[in-house]
Amino acid sequence: MTDNPLLSVDGLTVAFSSPDGPPVAAVQELSFSLNAGETLCIVGESGCGKSLTALSLMRLLPRPHGMIGAGRIMLEGRDIATASEADMRMLRGRAISMIFQEPMTSLNPVLTIGSQISEMVKVHEGLDETACRQRALDMLKLVRIPEPERRMDDYPHQLSGGMRQRVMIAMALVCDPKILLADEPTTALDVTIEAQILELIQDLKQRTGTAVILITHDFGVVAEMADRVLVMYAGRQIEQGTALELFDAPTHPYTQALMAAMPRFNAEGAQTRLKEIAGIVPALHERGQGCCFAPRCEKATRHCFDSMPPLRLMAGEHSVACWHAGSPQERHP
Amino acid sequence: MTQSLQQGLSHSGLSATRAGLRRLWRRYPLSLIGGFVLISLTVLSVLAPWLAPFDPFEMNVVDRLREPGEEYFFGTDAYGRDLFSRTLYGGRISLLIGLSVAGLSTLIGLLIGILAGYSRSADAVLMRIMDGLMAIPGILLAIALMSLARPGIGVVVVAITIPEIPRVVRLVRAVVLSVREQVYIQAAIATGTRLPRLMLKHILPNTLAPLIVQATYIAASAVLIESYLSFLGVGTPPEVPSWGNIIAEGRLYVQIAPWNIVCPSVFLALMVLSINMLGDGLRDMLDPRLQTRVR
Repeated sequence: MTDNPLLSVDGLTVAFSSPDGPPVAAVQELSFSLNAGETLCIVGESGCGKSLTALSLMRLLPRPHGMIGAGRIMLEGRDIATASEADMRMLRGRAISMIFQEPMTSLNPVLTIGSQISEMVKVHEGLDETACRQRALDMLKLVRIPEPERRMDDYPHQLSGGMRQRVMIAMALVCDPKILLADEPTTALDVTIEAQILELIQDLKQRTGTAVILITHDFGVVAEMADRVLVMYAGRQIEQGTALELFDAPTHPYTQALMAAMPRFNAEGAQTRLKEIAGIVPALHERGQGCCFAPRCEKATRHCFDSMPPLRLMAGEHSVACWHAGSPQERHP
Repeated sequence: MTQSLQQGLSHSGLSATRAGLRRLWRRYPLSLIGGFVLISLTVLSVLAPWLAPFDPFEMNVVDRLREPGEEYFFGTDAYGRDLFSRTLYGGRISLLIGLSVAGLSTLIGLLIGILAGYSRSADAVLMRIMDGLMAIPGILLAIALMSLARPGIGVVVVAITIPEIPRVVRLVRAVVLSVREQVYIQAAIATGTRLPRLMLKHILPNTLAPLIVQATYIAASAVLIESYLSFLGVGTPPEVPSWGNIIAEGRLYVQIAPWNIVCPSVFLALMVLSINMLGDGLRDMLDPRLQTRVR
């Protein structure tokens, strides 16, 4: 870990104002950092606050109810949490850009894809029409769109889902951002296209040196892409570490359960029933004072329901928030 | 050799257009008919000074209330004026009013609608004003305006435009409200697009297709409203030969000279019908998602 990470998030809390009562926190005390050229995977079920984390990095939380309650998001010495809207406009697309989950709806249906990509260049670099178009064309070639010259003048509805996601990636990367935020970029695509898109992101990352934050719920994707993993549950980080550490010794029962829920081929080739995690993520107002995962956890004890386990460093960069992790002495009395 | 080549080229060009027309004909026969009728009416009206056999204002007492025949195609009115010439000239007034009302109301409505769709605070104020405008009966407003200002085509245009604006505003606002929640707008913000640019490049184009269609309906209804305002005597000044005025004057003689009403009415009906037919097809043609099937 270098002394100066590209992005460091410290104690981030995302809250929603509620009509009756105080604001409810959807993401709480999230801290992580990202070095240049690294891939961080944020993993968790639906409703764990992964997308909200991504949106708060872009400062695109749904207004007027969503807000960054506390914490700092330092990017290149600037705090995104308190930056002005004008500063944010400069950062978005140029320093940090985002690919959305749904390639079908994230392109404007009434504009050609060429004009949508070249507009990015125009907005941020103020080049003239021909130069912008050339950059857009180069970018389409880079994301391996067949017949890029012809595709420039196509409308989004003329492209397939995978092609549209390629266009989205081209748009996100055309201004050489430092960080690419990908919010479940392959969820809406089928597996072969998913593999192609992931390979493309990996390849572009190596070529351009962009750091990637990949949001997913698929440990298969994590294993393939991640340098570092952050597991979230009910708005909190419960385990964090390098991919190696995490896959070597998944410590939090939730992480273990997520990994067990992944289909795998064992040596005998026997089909075993996939393990599932009983229950669902608690809603915002149902989160008690104890560990949020306790109601679904096999190892849960009384203590788990009574108090929130702090995040503790296990080894290296591996940290876990669970009372049952670590040596017996460290356990609750 | 060169000549035959040129002939070949022009022939292929012609057949290409013809093939395109044929495809259009198969898909939008009504719109094509509408467009054709509208173009014919437009040409007739625009070329009225050259096509009209008589001066539309020239009275000829000897020939009053003549039946339609060889000399006077549509017959003559109570002052012996040639109805065919008057109808052609009346088309110019109708077209002028239809176009200017459609243009003005869509332009003003677009501006207000986009503002209302994007800013919540502006929305509250603007939409209440629009609701208020919608509550005023169009004819009363026209009568009030006519009594305030000197009657003229300009006043008629204003009087018809004002009640149309709220409809355009509602349409545009509805489109903006639904478009601004789309992921691609968020994506555009995520790429650092400024607000004015966002409105102009990303949201505005989405409103154009429904707006153009709405404009055709407005043009049709403006033509109709002009004629009934004139018929009631609060529209175009009576000395101007608009269709409404011709019908209003002919009403007095409908028992003995029905052609006084029939001829301009048929033209009026044709124009309104053709504009509406064209508008229906435009709706489909302007949707980029349907374009491939038309090409």
